[in-house]
Amino acid sequence: MDFTDTAEESEYRAKARSFLKENAEPKSSGKRNLASGWNKDEALGAARAWQARKAAGGFAGITMPTEYGGQGLSPILQVIYNQEEANYIAPRGVYEIGLGMCIPTMLAYATESQKQRYAPPALRGEEIWCQLFSESAGGSDLAGLRTRAERDGDDWVITGQKIWTSGAQFSDYAILVTRSDFDVPKHKGLTFFFLSMTSPGIEVRPIKQMSGAANFNEVYFTDVRIPDSQRLGAVGDGWKVSLTTLMNERFAVGVAPPPDFDEIFDLVRDTELEDGPALDNAMVRDRLADWYVRQQGLKNAHFRTMTALSRGETPGPESSINKVVSAYKYQEVSFFGMEMQEMLGIITDPDIVAMDGLFQIGALSSPGYRIAGGTDEILRNIIAERVLGLPQDIRVDKDVAFRDLPTGRD
Amino acid sequence: MNFEFNDDQRLLRDQARRFLLDKCPAEVVRQTLESDQPYDKVLWRKFADMGWLGAAIPEAYGGSGMGHLELCVLAEELGRALAPTPFASSIYLAAEALLTAGSEVQKQSYLPDLAAGAEIWCLALSEGSRPATEGNIGTEVSGGKLTGEKLPVADGDIADRAIVVAREGASIGLYIVDLNGAGVTRQTVDTMDPTRSQARLSFTNTGVEKLGTEGWPLLERIQDRAAVMMAFEQIGGAQACLEMAKDYAMGRFAFGRPIASYQAIKHRLADMYIQIELARSNAYFGAWALSTDAAELPVAAATARVAAIEAYNFAAKENVQVHGGMGFTWEFNCHLYYRRARQLALVIGSQRRWKDRLIHALERRNAA
Repeated sequence: MDFTDTAEESEYRAKARSFLKENAEPKSSGKRNLASGWNKDEALGAARAWQARKAAGGFAGITMPTEYGGQGLSPILQVIYNQEEANYIAPRGVYEIGLGMCIPTMLAYATESQKQRYAPPALRGEEIWCQLFSESAGGSDLAGLRTRAERDGDDWVITGQKIWTSGAQFSDYAILVTRSDFDVPKHKGLTFFFLSMTSPGIEVRPIKQMSGAANFNEVYFTDVRIPDSQRLGAVGDGWKVSLTTLMNERFAVGVAPPPDFDEIFDLVRDTELEDGPALDNAMVRDRLADWYVRQQGLKNAHFRTMTALSRGETPGPESSINKVVSAYKYQEVSFFGMEMQEMLGIITDPDIVAMDGLFQIGALSSPGYRIAGGTDEILRNIIAERVLGLPQDIRVDKDVAFRDLPTGRD
Repeated sequence: MNFEFNDDQRLLRDQARRFLLDKCPAEVVRQTLESDQPYDKVLWRKFADMGWLGAAIPEAYGGSGMGHLELCVLAEELGRALAPTPFASSIYLAAEALLTAGSEVQKQSYLPDLAAGAEIWCLALSEGSRPATEGNIGTEVSGGKLTGEKLPVADGDIADRAIVVAREGASIGLYIVDLNGAGVTRQTVDTMDPTRSQARLSFTNTGVEKLGTEGWPLLERIQDRAAVMMAFEQIGGAQACLEMAKDYAMGRFAFGRPIASYQAIKHRLADMYIQIELARSNAYFGAWALSTDAAELPVAAATARVAAIEAYNFAAKENVQVHGGMGFTWEFNCHLYYRRARQLALVIGSQRRWKDRLIHALERRNAA
């Protein structure tokens, strides 16, 4: 048992380090991460520039095939690059979905010429992709979606509405799953496409979140035409294609952001309570220990995953616990950080409260992390069914034509 | 990155699991639970014969010289099988204490008997209801003679020797005591987990032999080492609870379908899985720190112990819950794990104490 890289890994790590050292600002420099506020033009510009530099340096699409602009390397080298990049200000957020989910789906289902056309510019950061999946009628029950696709000559005509689309406001292309047949059970009537986000009839409206930020959008389709040549997979096979995309989602939806143990430990060390330093308070120490143990548990589970990748094996199911643990911890730590500031904790003014309001921001942002990319409940279902092999829930909608399903409130 | 047991260690795990399935099924555990026998002598002899007791004891001292990673692998299987033996007292604590602080003569004279299963040892620390802190040790050594009372002492009723934590003047020390010699009385006390016996030890002018020079810091180092191996036992037990709960839920029907198909049950089992994976990953890091004598050991050991207590407590109590009324019967085996989980959660100090220890270790690391 050890933490040393193999010769190949160590060589690659050195290569990544020297590239990053020459091309990026270390986080320790204290410079602002422009990607923290995505909607701003300068943030987008910084992200595009960074992706282009990565591509030029040979670090874009590390695991993707070389014929489509990738590097054709093993997943462990991607993990090693990510570890090193994590020490730098690297605004990669806007590309996570495109490169993590959309392009892999394109590579699995698009024609050869489409792959040649779309993968390389995406890897160079020139074209941004988004994923048009969720609907108000189909969130956890994704296959309950209702956006309609109707065949018209060589085209399909799309009408409906998507929701929770990250980055739709600045994306150039999208992958889209629609309902092309309402007369068969829900999983059987779906058809999958890709399309340009400049297609006539698309309207993007930002969703203001409870935190006040707008990272997501609603996307409306009014008679949007898509050529049949942009269909991915057979008519009615959209569910199968969607599963390819979703298999990649766990890579795209990462761990929750700070505050985590390190930040709450820093805060506590600077805090005086009524009976002395907060760090001497038994209740505070008890909570700190809980979060440290969970943070380390995830970190050490990640080492196990890396070990499997390093050996060329498929990682075990331990990675499935990542988001469910970290999102919940994010919320708990945020609440506790506010608690430590007593009545002042209510205040959000970054000039007044500790750490520029990190804990207050966390309190308002963390609910989203417990939902996005699979809710706490869906993730527990996945662990129960796919890891532990427990029976699936009884599906009353399985053998019923989609149009006959009860709908209830959206 | 190689954060996993190697092929030989995995092979050892498979062999140990098969052996214990055959020789230590629940009926065997129940023989100790339901009789006056304090431990399973047949099993203990077999562990010695297979070289398990001496797994981390060098061959020069009569051990099999495998190493601590192998001992962790074995610990997980012993926990899974609920083996009713004084393994933790003799091996994780006493043998580690001798390896860590024993003089050459002490190692030569004592370790071979531990490896061969010829002697059982225990650690005598606690003195009643007050937390076992440096300031709470009242047992005293004066003029080379020990006087005082220790309660509870795991395996104190069956041990041949004890390592006793006592005060000598102003300082705390560790002392080896022959429990079969003069000035020792012992009494078995009733316990939550009768498959692991507990005793009251009283010393009156008892002869002692000093172990090491460091006293309290040495005790903490020994506890750190034991905590890692004990964490593996706890994970083995917790994993057994999860598998047992799953099997039962799959076969038990209510309202026309298996209870395993209800989310209330599925999510409970998923939570067990989550706790166990966190604990397992932390125990791996502890095993690495233990086997390499890393400076991270105090942090790694406390992290492993806190997580393992959490996981086994949760798995053991929710296993009863999933079994419903049958889980509360003497007949079903749920309570065997439940008892062991409670025992392991306290035997080398409560979770509360170890959380505090963890934060202390982090403070020290931060100050460094």
